[in-house]
Amino acid sequence: MSFNPQNFLNTTVKNIPPSGIRRFFDIAAEMDDVISLGVGEPDFVTPWHIRDEGVYSLEKGHTHYTPNKGLLELRREISNYMKRRFNLTYDAMTQTIVTVGGSEGIDLFLRTVIEPGDEVLIPEPSFVCYRPITELCGGTPVPILTTAEHNFKLTAEDLEKAITPKTKVLVLPYPNNPTGGIMTQEDLNKIAEVIRKHNIMILSDEIYAELTYGRKHISIAQLDGMYERTVVISGFSKTYAMTGWRLGFACGHPDIISQMTKVHQYAIMSAPTVAQYAAIEALRRGDDDIEVMRNEYDDRRKIIVSGFNAMGLDCFEPEGAFYAFPSIKSTGLSSNDFCEKLLYDMKVAVIPGTAFGACGEGHVRCSYAYSLESINAALERIEAFVKKVK
Amino acid sequence: MNTAKNEKKIAELLHKNCKLSLEQLATMTEMTVDEVAAAIDALEASKTILGYGAIVNWDKIQGSETVTAYIEIQVAPQRNRGFDRLAERIYQYPEVKSLNLMSGHYDFGVIVEAANIQEIAMFVSERLAPMESVLDTSTHFVLKRYKSDGVIYDTKTEDDREVISL
Repeated sequence: MSFNPQNFLNTTVKNIPPSGIRRFFDIAAEMDDVISLGVGEPDFVTPWHIRDEGVYSLEKGHTHYTPNKGLLELRREISNYMKRRFNLTYDAMTQTIVTVGGSEGIDLFLRTVIEPGDEVLIPEPSFVCYRPITELCGGTPVPILTTAEHNFKLTAEDLEKAITPKTKVLVLPYPNNPTGGIMTQEDLNKIAEVIRKHNIMILSDEIYAELTYGRKHISIAQLDGMYERTVVISGFSKTYAMTGWRLGFACGHPDIISQMTKVHQYAIMSAPTVAQYAAIEALRRGDDDIEVMRNEYDDRRKIIVSGFNAMGLDCFEPEGAFYAFPSIKSTGLSSNDFCEKLLYDMKVAVIPGTAFGACGEGHVRCSYAYSLESINAALERIEAFVKKVK
Repeated sequence: MNTAKNEKKIAELLHKNCKLSLEQLATMTEMTVDEVAAAIDALEASKTILGYGAIVNWDKIQGSETVTAYIEIQVAPQRNRGFDRLAERIYQYPEVKSLNLMSGHYDFGVIVEAANIQEIAMFVSERLAPMESVLDTSTHFVLKRYKSDGVIYDTKTEDDREVISL
């Protein structure tokens, strides 16, 4: 009998659409002299003292598995860090787990709590993984559209409208990729009020928590009645420019973390050992590194936002992450057309807002995790392009 | 932002990159262009900003190769004048690129640049060593530069990230 792999594929997996930017990525990757503002990771190299600790751990022969939940020494530092930076108390032994990037934490949490029929509320535009992982769990993703008019914040009214008896989880992806939107304490208070009326959990993806400008990030877990029902996802990728080390963590109720640990144990075993030793150093002596990188991003943020507004592409002020999300509606082009034409005509790569949810239409995501020279060069080309198409 | 904070921020930005335009500085500091210009004038007038220059790897410019030496100088401080009078006599020489009073085994640390080793040898033996109060000198020639003013000479410049990632 001839073998047809299609007959063996899981229907849910088959039905997950391929990444919306795959084709776009292939075109950009083939072109020479492209100036890209399309990357979702820091341009900084991991600070040397952290890299050095990774190298040192190899020299000492730390090449084995760690405990499933991660090195206890690291979990203690995570616990100290969450207290020091966000005034959140988590017991290292029972309330923390070290994961392969923040992404694994999201996957673990959703797989641990979602059953077929459960609804997961996902404010959009947002990072691309919540929807497919929910579907893989048999759950139903329910997008909540956010708009530039409200600075891409989740509003209590929209949340209330989206909640049904089947709602199990609200994803709170702030500071937000791709919009740069944040939720202030006042915003979160209103969300918490709604949550208190309904019995749902919160997956708070706080991977960009350290990259806010002008005000400190507030976790919803800090608010009255939210701590127990929130699992906070964070990691080292954005905070310490450690994307390639693949290391994140999750903190939450012991009963949730222990069940997440089972999934992690069978799927992953343990997060990379070298990365864990480097991460201990990051948490112990890396607070100053965060400050240096944040200041640098902030300078670039102001330049890119002012650049877009000056060329007539309205850009709300992003207060977090390292993305600007200007409106390109004035050009009359769709997000996809804008990005494709910009790439072909000017060799500048930015990401269509629709890659992060349908309501990203009319916007493009531009990362400012680039040198000022690259940002200025890209802005010049984009301005010439906008003049041409308008 | 108050004036002192603004001046600090502008000094930091220019120290990192003195090619930034007034407009860019204004955007980054949330000041007007006129305010930035006035703040820079004030920084220059108070000799807080002493000059502007590029960090150059001269080895890459043919015919511009120079020899650099670190010279440690032990001196006897002068009555009522301490080290300052002698420092003044040393730093006046254009060959002297930097001069610091040091703690430890010697007193002055001097960085001297010249076209070749002979010129530096002559400078030490004919200018520095015979100076009144100079007790001893020790000259160390630079063989290779790795990092200067916070800039790594042979740093990787290519961006090895993917062109696009979400």
